[in-house]
Amino acid sequence: MTALLSTTHLTMDFGGLRAVDEVNLEVRQQEIVALIGPNGAGKTTLFNCITGLYRPTSGDIFVQAPGAAPKRINGLKPNQVTALGLARTFQNIRLFPHMTVLENVMIGRHCRTTSNILGAVLKDRHTRREEQETVAFSYRLLEKVHLDRYVNELARNLPYGAQRRLEIARALATEPFLLLLDEPAAGMNPLETRELDDLITRIRNEMGIAILLIEHDMKLVMNISDRIFVMEYGKEIAVGTPLEIRSNPRVIEAYLGADSHA
Amino acid sequence: MDYFLELFLGGLTRGSIYALIALGYTMVYGIIELINFAHGEIYMIGAFTALIAASVLAIMGFGPVPILFLAMLLAILYSCAYGYTLEKIAYKPLRHSNRLAPLISAIGMSIFFQNYVLLAQTSDFLPFPSLLPEVPFLEPYAYIIRSSEIFIILTTLVVMVLLSLLIRFTRIGKAMRATAQDRTMAMLLGVDVNRVISVTFVIGSAMAAIGGVLIASHIGQINFYIGFIAGIKAFTAAVLGGIGSIPGAVLGSLVLGWTESFATGYISSDYEDVFAFGFLVLILIFRPAGLLGKTAAQKV
Amino acid sequence: MTMRKLFTLDEIKKSLLVALWFMVLTFPILAVRVNPIYKVVEWRWHNLLMVGIGAFLLSFPWRYFQGHGKPPEKSAAAENQALKNSKILLWRRHPWVRLCAVVLATGLVLSFPFLFSSYQVNIMTTALIYVVLGLGLNIVVGLAGLLDLGYVAFYAVGAYSYALLHLHFGLSFWLCLPIGAGLAALFGILLGFPVLRLRGDYLAIVTLGFGEIIRLVLENWNEFSQGPSGISNIPRPGLPGIEMSLNASSIFLYFLMIALTLFTILVVSRLRDSRIGRAWLALREDEIACQAMGIDKTRTKLTAFALGATWAGMGGVMFAAKTTFINPASFTFLESAIILSIVVLGGMGSMLGVILSAFILILVPEYLRAFSEYRMLIFGAVLVIMMVFRPQGLISNVRHRYRFEGLKTPPEELG
Ligand SMILES: Nc1ncnc2c1ncn2[C@@H]1O[C@H](COP(=O)(O)OP(=O)(O)OP(=O)(O)O)[C@@H](O)[C@H]1O
Ligand SMILES: [Mg+2]
Repeated sequence: MTALLSTTHLTMDFGGLRAVDEVNLEVRQQEIVALIGPNGAGKTTLFNCITGLYRPTSGDIFVQAPGAAPKRINGLKPNQVTALGLARTFQNIRLFPHMTVLENVMIGRHCRTTSNILGAVLKDRHTRREEQETVAFSYRLLEKVHLDRYVNELARNLPYGAQRRLEIARALATEPFLLLLDEPAAGMNPLETRELDDLITRIRNEMGIAILLIEHDMKLVMNISDRIFVMEYGKEIAVGTPLEIRSNPRVIEAYLGADSHA
Repeated sequence: MDYFLELFLGGLTRGSIYALIALGYTMVYGIIELINFAHGEIYMIGAFTALIAASVLAIMGFGPVPILFLAMLLAILYSCAYGYTLEKIAYKPLRHSNRLAPLISAIGMSIFFQNYVLLAQTSDFLPFPSLLPEVPFLEPYAYIIRSSEIFIILTTLVVMVLLSLLIRFTRIGKAMRATAQDRTMAMLLGVDVNRVISVTFVIGSAMAAIGGVLIASHIGQINFYIGFIAGIKAFTAAVLGGIGSIPGAVLGSLVLGWTESFATGYISSDYEDVFAFGFLVLILIFRPAGLLGKTAAQKV
Repeated sequence: MTMRKLFTLDEIKKSLLVALWFMVLTFPILAVRVNPIYKVVEWRWHNLLMVGIGAFLLSFPWRYFQGHGKPPEKSAAAENQALKNSKILLWRRHPWVRLCAVVLATGLVLSFPFLFSSYQVNIMTTALIYVVLGLGLNIVVGLAGLLDLGYVAFYAVGAYSYALLHLHFGLSFWLCLPIGAGLAALFGILLGFPVLRLRGDYLAIVTLGFGEIIRLVLENWNEFSQGPSGISNIPRPGLPGIEMSLNASSIFLYFLMIALTLFTILVVSRLRDSRIGRAWLALREDEIACQAMGIDKTRTKLTAFALGATWAGMGGVMFAAKTTFINPASFTFLESAIILSIVVLGGMGSMLGVILSAFILILVPEYLRAFSEYRMLIFGAVLVIMMVFRPQGLISNVRHRYRFEGLKTPPEELG
């Protein structure tokens, strides 16, 4: 199996602070990989480097879309990375609060549609059809994340857990082959977390999308990941299956602490 | 060489005045992220107050030195009062609304103040008495620098030193820095944010008043519109230096002063403002956050 | 605060203090006038008295409405509900009301120039120009969230395009309208390229500077623009082969402006609900998320900027045609401020709001000409008061709602 995403010696400095330190990470097709580590380990920063929000200090990021040649994406703009097929959610929810739920998802379709200004003004056949398709596509995604009953609600009026799912739907609308989720379960209650667990597995199984997720909820992580990648102080300290990670002394010491024995 | 020196010192004088006004912009911006468009008008009102006070005192038979001090004092007091009231009326009620509302309110206040002075006083230029003392030993160099220019530069220097002492060492200065960094956090730590904002407006207004009196008596005439132009220039200077940054405002002001001075001296005086704005655009293209502004990646 | 509590001793004391404060505040500028040449002081105590009484009386409603304007934090859902039920919206949704409104409006618009004097028609034409400018700037500020303080520059480009092209090459109005729009768009792109990387307020000052540069160049470059004396004898638009009287041509211009306004409304509303319009909104809401969702920030900003400029250009051509004389004094920062106020007062993004506020802000000062001296004073005060009591603008923006025909599970309305 080929790697959809791989980083080699990826490093990111903020002034004197090395937030990501020589990280080599790999996500393969159809895989669910979890990225864990204590607060401030550099997980979000790693996401930001991959998705083009930060320009890494050194190291490389390669992306290989299924059936395409590998491509180095350092220095690409975030929208170009998304157009390639990587989509993400944010740790601190970043929806478009004053747009409706449906519109939020429709934004995700932007890079897969082509209507231009002239088309919008003239409302020609192509534009009309594309608009209809966009609405239908987005609506189906909302059904998938069980938000269809909120379609016309403003995004900011949604409950917290629903906002997290809306972010996932919005990311899916860009038709990614790799989805990066930054703490999707944060702030969710146990029931919602269980539903999320189910949703993530379905995204992988039904849509064939690989997933890289940052998560602090160990139960969720152990449940769904194929592999786990552990970071501390910007460095990777372990990689392996949930079973291996659970028993890795280094990880227990650094991160899981007493919890894992309980 | 003399010509160069003359332009250099002229630019320094201009820059000093800009700095006195720009500091008000940048401090207010640092704390509440508002472009206080009416700040230039505070400067204009300071100048008018000084003019009125000086004239009345002169008629009452005071000497030049007491006039200078009393007029300056009254100008400062009144500017502070106006700045304080401005904040309470036009900005405080809008503290939690969208970002454009206070901006429009500020523009409204600016228009209001201009017309207030226009109607209450006059639309004509009024001659402003030269309050600043002449220094005799400078006589032979008068073609390079006038004593009022020396006076302006020195006063500005003193004000800057006092301001940095205030910000660095006093309680209120610390509270201001804390509020500028993170308003919510400062509030949680017991900083009275409303008071800090009021004090910021008052300090900014005081400096604008000093600038207003100095430049008015240097140039020798004022009208209701001087605040608008000076305000925009000073704001340009603040942005040039990196808005929110106090040393940035000073640096930006000096750079702008020199740009204008040299451009008008060596190229053409018709396009003075074009050079100023053109230079701003040029700087911002290469340094999008200004000369001393932070360009750090936004935390996501 | 209830009405009864408004007039307690405490409140009256507060108001007295306010009155005293304002009397002290306005003392030097309002009460004293010095004639520096003849060295006489004129004392105007009556002014001070008026300020005192005015401040005392106004401080009651000020406090009263401020207490009322901001109800304790409404929940987001309740707010949305209130928004949905707001009267204006309910009216708008009712088909009968809509039909009546359309018929009434059409009748009024069509008969207006025949019922009123040509002076009134000219004022209305001016107001319509501002409607178009407001809608154009609304694309930039209201939809895309880019703070543009130099919008008047593009207006000037349009006006001068027509004036100069006619002066030098004798081009007609009809040719100049698209050319002026195109040139303005070009300027929009030229300015946009370097500055659109800037954060909000940096953009504001640079656009302001750009507006000033354009005006100053027009003022000083005599060979090009005839400087401060301006360009006169710009022809009004006509139809080939038809000779029009002054009155007829101003009526013609009025209808032309109506047509342009309708065209603008059509285009802007279609754009707003399109793929591009959504991208603008997303950009306004959250730039980072917007990029991460695959939207090209620079390109989206540039289209907004260029389209906004296009409408300013058309407005400019119209303005030149209407006044038949232009000079740089018509294109000051105040003009940009007025157009921006139209957008913000209208409710940032709401088209109906923008149209309403354009009429209010242009027509009210026109009819205030009786107190012409106090016009701008009142204008400034109105801006402040409107913002303090209604910062969200006249009409809140409502998003497009989609209906779902032919989908498996139609959505239920959420209360
Ligand atoms: N834009 C930035 N500028 C400066 N420092 C930053 C920036 N972004 C992140 N950092 C620093 O980098 C380090 C790693 O932060 P990061 O957000 O990646 O951690 P994390 O693993 O996601 O933590 P958490 O679990 O709390 O989300 C932290 O020390 C943080 O303060
Ligand atoms: Mg994180």
